[in-house]
Amino acid sequence: MLSIKNLTVNVNDKQILKGINLEIKAGEIHAIMGPNGSGKSTLAHILSGKAGYDVTGGAVTYQGKDLLDMAPEIRAREGVFLAFQYPVEIPGVSNIYLLKAALNSILKYHGQPEVDAMDFLTLVKEKVRLLEMDEKFLYRAVNEGFSGGEKKRNEILQMAILEPKLCILDETDSGLDIDALKIVAQGVNSLRSPDRSFVMVTHYQRLLDYIKPDFVHVLANGQIVKSGGAELALELEEKGYSWLDEQAAA
Amino acid sequence: MNAATASRYTAEYQTIAPALPGQTVPWLKRLRLEALEKFSAHGFPSLREEEWRYTNVSAIEKKLFSPVLGFVPHPKLRTVNTEWVKSHQLEDAWSMVLIDGHFSAELSVLDGLPETVSLMGMADALAKQPDQLENYLGQAVSHSEHSFIAFNTAWFTDGLFLHVPAGQVLSKPVQLLHVVTQADAMATTRTIIVVGEMAEANVIETFAGVDNSYLTAAVTEVFVGQNANLTLYKMQNEPEKAYHFGGTYVKQAKDARFTHHNFAFGGLLARSDIHTDLGHASECELNGLYLGVKRQHIDNHTRINHLKPHAISREIYKGVLDDRARGVFQGRVIVTEDAQKTDSQMSNRNLLLSNDAEADTKPQLEIYADDVKCGHGVTVGQLDEKSVFYLQSRSIDEETARNMLTFAFANEMVDKISIKSLHDKVLEQVLVRFPQEGIEKSWL
Repeated sequence: MLSIKNLTVNVNDKQILKGINLEIKAGEIHAIMGPNGSGKSTLAHILSGKAGYDVTGGAVTYQGKDLLDMAPEIRAREGVFLAFQYPVEIPGVSNIYLLKAALNSILKYHGQPEVDAMDFLTLVKEKVRLLEMDEKFLYRAVNEGFSGGEKKRNEILQMAILEPKLCILDETDSGLDIDALKIVAQGVNSLRSPDRSFVMVTHYQRLLDYIKPDFVHVLANGQIVKSGGAELALELEEKGYSWLDEQAAA
Repeated sequence: MNAATASRYTAEYQTIAPALPGQTVPWLKRLRLEALEKFSAHGFPSLREEEWRYTNVSAIEKKLFSPVLGFVPHPKLRTVNTEWVKSHQLEDAWSMVLIDGHFSAELSVLDGLPETVSLMGMADALAKQPDQLENYLGQAVSHSEHSFIAFNTAWFTDGLFLHVPAGQVLSKPVQLLHVVTQADAMATTRTIIVVGEMAEANVIETFAGVDNSYLTAAVTEVFVGQNANLTLYKMQNEPEKAYHFGGTYVKQAKDARFTHHNFAFGGLLARSDIHTDLGHASECELNGLYLGVKRQHIDNHTRINHLKPHAISREIYKGVLDDRARGVFQGRVIVTEDAQKTDSQMSNRNLLLSNDAEADTKPQLEIYADDVKCGHGVTVGQLDEKSVFYLQSRSIDEETARNMLTFAFANEMVDKISIKSLHDKVLEQVLVRFPQEGIEKSWL
């Protein structure tokens, strides 16, 4: 599904990603862990098409296409979804308006008829229940005045409705209490399917107690320094990240 | 500034004065005379005056607008399209109508208004209860404030008077509808709103007109009694050749709450002043939205006087300016020596949609007390790129995203309207400017 080859990225002439290689197959869950400033969020942003990054080398192929060549909205329509670490507040645009506009632009892109208001409401309400949200959220402005947990849940709600192929979760667990984390995890787990992949960028191992990854990669200083199975996360929990630095230096 | 053109108006004054209301009321006669002298000496405000430096009113001097006199009160005898007037009336409100600067009882809707509430034309009020009006007229704003006030005081032909007695909570909003139907007319009105102690009211001032060049010069004086609550809306949607000069001057007693929503959408040159004097522990909220296109010049000037301790003020003004439009925001907050524990926040945000649009913003904090919390912020610029990217990441193309965010920027102020019929009318206007495809009204 996604193939990252020797990707190097600069921000303001400073190299942030120093040759990333990553293969993600359909249905897999990959966790990307690492200390602050390791480049985790940069990787998430690059995949979603955020401006302000210079790709200086390497390639990213998504479903056989050059991902880096696509505008952000085209990536989204092709099935790439980024759950933001800091979801943006958009006063004046209701959640439901955004959701319908988003879903219809995806349908239109794929030559499918737009969803009518009734079917759309039925779909949305089902997903709202899944994430144990209040229906009133739908009519509130996007993320405005939401708590940290509500914002993250709202991201997962959008993901559940838009049904992307490649879900990138950028520190979705940061700032969540355990109850909110469980709900978010339940939402993510309900979306697992053989043709959907997940990239979870996280600083904490705790998320992985609830969403079990197939692979764990440790990103440090712009490079993947170690890859392994779910057990690698436990090792990191125990030892922290400093032993990896020593290993990298050695 | 320009005594020559001011004199064109003053020269006319003696012929029109006998037709103005309150000729037999000595205090008003005196007040009008003082105001006339003030206006004759100064003329209209000039760019040299600090509070008028961005707004050139010389077009009003060059063009002589005339008051509509010899007024025929019955709408059927005039060329007024009553259906058109009705289209501006809110169905869930009591509605008072001023046509060309004169109260029209026939078009007003007052069914079920409690008898304890006074609601009438200003000329009628001056005839019936001149002594009561002396307590209010000219008390929230002096004709020495600036020469438009002097002009209004000398020239007003009518206006409205609303008195909500102590303890009364109005079950429906009151709409004060100002319409101008005649070309080159001058609708000069003075309105007084009194909300007694512990009383509550929602009042809407709507300004509209037939597509002509004309001048609206409307001054409203507002008195919010102790622990009373008034929400006042101003919907200014004058046609594109009209001139609008409006002033809202408020006095808030102890614990009084006053919320103002100012929607400035119309007119070629539109200026609104909103001033409030805050009493002990009173609260005010001033919200504004101005949308300028073509060559519109929209100026909003607010002044919040913190006169006593513990008062709270909140102010948000937003502008969206396109084409060659120019928006002016001047916001002054004055915290006097007595006004300790003042809590004040002011913000002005402008969105420029074209390279030729202009926003002039000037927040001013003047603080003479030492234990206060005051903040202000202004922005002039484009849409937030993070928000554009957020929408793009949700599959919405850039152009649609920008259009949604522009609409949202304006809609945030529309959202604050709690009267449904008014909300829908204002929203309709905003959607005309920023159409949204496939949106359901109930979702906004």
